[in-house]
Amino acid sequence: MSAQGSVTTMPRLLAERAAERPQGVALQEKLYGIWQPITWEEYAERVRDIAHGLASLGVRRGEIVAVIGDNRPEWLISELAAQSLGAAVVGIYPTSLDEEIVHILEQSRARVVIAEDQEQVDKLLKVRPLLPQVEQVAYYDPHGLEEYADEWLADFEDLAARGRDWAVDRPGWFEQEVSLGQPDDIAVVCTTSGTTSLPKLGQLTHHNLLSMAEHLTSVDPLGPKDRFVSFLPLAWIGEQMMAVACGLLRGFTLSFPEDAATQRSDMREIGPNVMFSPPRIWESMLSEVQVRIDEAGWLKRRVFGLAYSVGDKVASRRVSGRGAGLLLGILALLADWTALRPVRDQLGLARVRRCYTGGAPLGPDVFRFFHAIGVNLKQIYGQTEICGIAVLHHSNDVRFHTVGVPLPETELRIADDGEILLRSSSVFVGYVGNEAATSETVDAEGWLHTGDAGYLEDGHLVVIDRAKDVLTAPDGTRFSSAFIENKLKFSPYVEEAVAFGTADITAMITIDPATVGSWAEHERLGYTTYTDLAGNDRVAELLTQEVHRANAELPDSIRVKHFLVLFKQLDPDDDEITRTRKVRRSVINERYAELIDALDRGDDRVSMTNTVTYQDGTSAKRAITLNIHHLEGYVPPQHSKQRPVWSGRR
Amino acid sequence: MLSRAYRFELNSSRVPVGEPLLEITGVSLRFGGIRALADVSFTVRQGDVHSVIGPNGAGKSSLLNCASGLYKPQDGHITLHTRTEDGVAKTHDLVALPPHRIARQGVARSFQNIELFGHLSLLDNLMLGRHIHMKHRLLPSLAWFGPARNQEFRHREFVEEVIDLLQLQAYRHSHVGALAYGIQKRVELGRALCIEPGLLLLDEPMAGMNAEEKEDMARYILDVNELRGVTVMLIEHDMGVVMDISDRVSVLDFGKLIGDGTAAEVRADPAVVEAYLGADA
Repeated sequence: MSAQGSVTTMPRLLAERAAERPQGVALQEKLYGIWQPITWEEYAERVRDIAHGLASLGVRRGEIVAVIGDNRPEWLISELAAQSLGAAVVGIYPTSLDEEIVHILEQSRARVVIAEDQEQVDKLLKVRPLLPQVEQVAYYDPHGLEEYADEWLADFEDLAARGRDWAVDRPGWFEQEVSLGQPDDIAVVCTTSGTTSLPKLGQLTHHNLLSMAEHLTSVDPLGPKDRFVSFLPLAWIGEQMMAVACGLLRGFTLSFPEDAATQRSDMREIGPNVMFSPPRIWESMLSEVQVRIDEAGWLKRRVFGLAYSVGDKVASRRVSGRGAGLLLGILALLADWTALRPVRDQLGLARVRRCYTGGAPLGPDVFRFFHAIGVNLKQIYGQTEICGIAVLHHSNDVRFHTVGVPLPETELRIADDGEILLRSSSVFVGYVGNEAATSETVDAEGWLHTGDAGYLEDGHLVVIDRAKDVLTAPDGTRFSSAFIENKLKFSPYVEEAVAFGTADITAMITIDPATVGSWAEHERLGYTTYTDLAGNDRVAELLTQEVHRANAELPDSIRVKHFLVLFKQLDPDDDEITRTRKVRRSVINERYAELIDALDRGDDRVSMTNTVTYQDGTSAKRAITLNIHHLEGYVPPQHSKQRPVWSGRR
Repeated sequence: MLSRAYRFELNSSRVPVGEPLLEITGVSLRFGGIRALADVSFTVRQGDVHSVIGPNGAGKSSLLNCASGLYKPQDGHITLHTRTEDGVAKTHDLVALPPHRIARQGVARSFQNIELFGHLSLLDNLMLGRHIHMKHRLLPSLAWFGPARNQEFRHREFVEEVIDLLQLQAYRHSHVGALAYGIQKRVELGRALCIEPGLLLLDEPMAGMNAEEKEDMARYILDVNELRGVTVMLIEHDMGVVMDISDRVSVLDFGKLIGDGTAAEVRADPAVVEAYLGADA
């Protein structure tokens, strides 16, 4: 394998791909019901036009161009165009609201913003007075924007046309700019997930990203024939790492779904070979399977149950590198053919050779489920500051509670206080305009301080949690709240769980409206809104059983004693959860302090005043009373008429 | 690379904005001894969202049915104005035309009670909306050959733009009968748009919807009107929605027109307030 990743830049790679396979499909987007292909040649051509367009607006080497929008070919075209002329790109999550948008644009001093559509343009127009440095906004979905007569806004097509005009007198300018680009130039600015405060902007160079891609694909080879569906925000490092860095280095085709609502069916049509998603995607797939199996007839449930237990046995041998043996092998073939393959197909995972989870811890039970149905799911550990990945599972050496072994040429050390330290060529060059934070994160010897606590278990890294979230039980064992939360979240009915406490463990749970809703329908339970459903006594009873079941798998000292069902879902617009769906504990601790205190005391009920802010900015106060449920002495009903929920639990 | 801008026009009326498109003059409709409409006159202008409101039984649906040719009023005229490609003004008396000829003049409608083909897919339902624009002969169509095939491709492209506009992508291949009520209403709107209307008649497009679905539907109607230039005449009960989206409002009560004007004018009209909005409103 060549070491080209460390000496080139992404625009140069694009030019190489376009020269090698001009008619190969680089990007395809489903539009008007058809996969519309963009060849490498067209891709390079579009990038050149937009690069010229950006240059005509005065964008120069070293600047940052911002992009806000869903995954579309234009996102990548804008990114590569900026990089071609030596600028970097910063992605803003399309769901971001005012304060976050202003923060990122101010920090990055972006003069040009590429926005997707009317929704994003409207958001920018709203905060325009706060953005004196933004000179031009270009949008690529013109629907609804025809009537906006404003010099500040420009159509993406017009920007391209402007670029073509600008380029007429400047032959060879583009090639020259691309060749001036150095591997150590900043390529991408990624926002850190910011569970604590407003996001910091981490700067990653071409060399950072491409050496990561080089190392990753040396462990898990990818080639031009592979397929990848890009549906997670490109502002997220995980998507940049797979779709952009690995995509350009290995030249595979990226597919963009038609609409958020069609993601699943589009993914099934494409049948990707490789996938990287945060735990919530895997968790929601698992809930979907659990619910659908549960709703199936007895024969299907029985067949799946049998096939699943065979798959589970095979998986537990395979992950430790052992074969299945003759008898089990035949059974496994049968199980795969009758039940497991169809389930994989339904999930769009029929062709997946390997897939990754990262960004947050995934419960070992969820992990085990995917291996049992024959999906080679691996854990990735890393963070934005090290291009998203530093440690991963190797095929046939997967342990469900670890995150694997370091990538090639990546050093790993556990500091004396238990913090995980990492060093490699992918460690970022610093935060934008925040020297202090940079020197706190990367020390003089180049070690990245992750802030996570962990330990090594014969070569495999085990991550406990964020160092400051690691708790100590009364008997002295160190444990992570995520461990408890993941046990709770394995229930198909639980969407999010937040565990508290050191003496008595308590938990706050939000229900999954889809699964609990279908359960309620099945039980002929009427309800109106989420709040109504979450407050229902029968739902409380159901969840008590679920928590009881989760407790059975937890050590005595950290079993959940009291819990409550929150009246709302955690929402990134309320800052309770990040855009990548990590719980912001500091916000939760502050906002729900009354609830947490009452849980700690073991009260029976608790009231709080909730302030609801509507989208138009008005707010209303409501008093809410919640019941607290106790697990101590709880005995699940013996002969309940409820159908058992199939959940793959062992 | 395909442009994201739409290629097809949805609005087929060439009447300049602000000029009369549909003139209702002295329309009276009786069912035996019941007078459903009594001497109703008003004008719908090109480019407006024109709402017709009134209590139950006021004659709103009857009026829409007269305009689309399902009912024949005993007295009065309903005149549709059109322009030929060279800009020559023409008028058509809809009272004298059968429903299919009215549809050919670009009057499309949706129904209060959903009238879709439940066992066909969403795509087939919308393609049926294109039917009046298809000019194929029997043989090539049966053989799925040559011009008939190309023609269908072109119509499918049109339909896909409507699907995109109304964000129905996820349901393209679903049987319409199995879709949620709010979605079915949207499909009805879509099918009416596939006719390439000069005038779009919507009979209670938001009936039975929750607040969020209503908001969505109002948004789609405004998109159709403001961005695609289609004149909309609609019947609606939800006063909030009507006042928000209408350029003009006509009020019926027991078959009589008791008010006609902008939303603000109508709201301030004492006769209307008493008859419909309630004396305290």
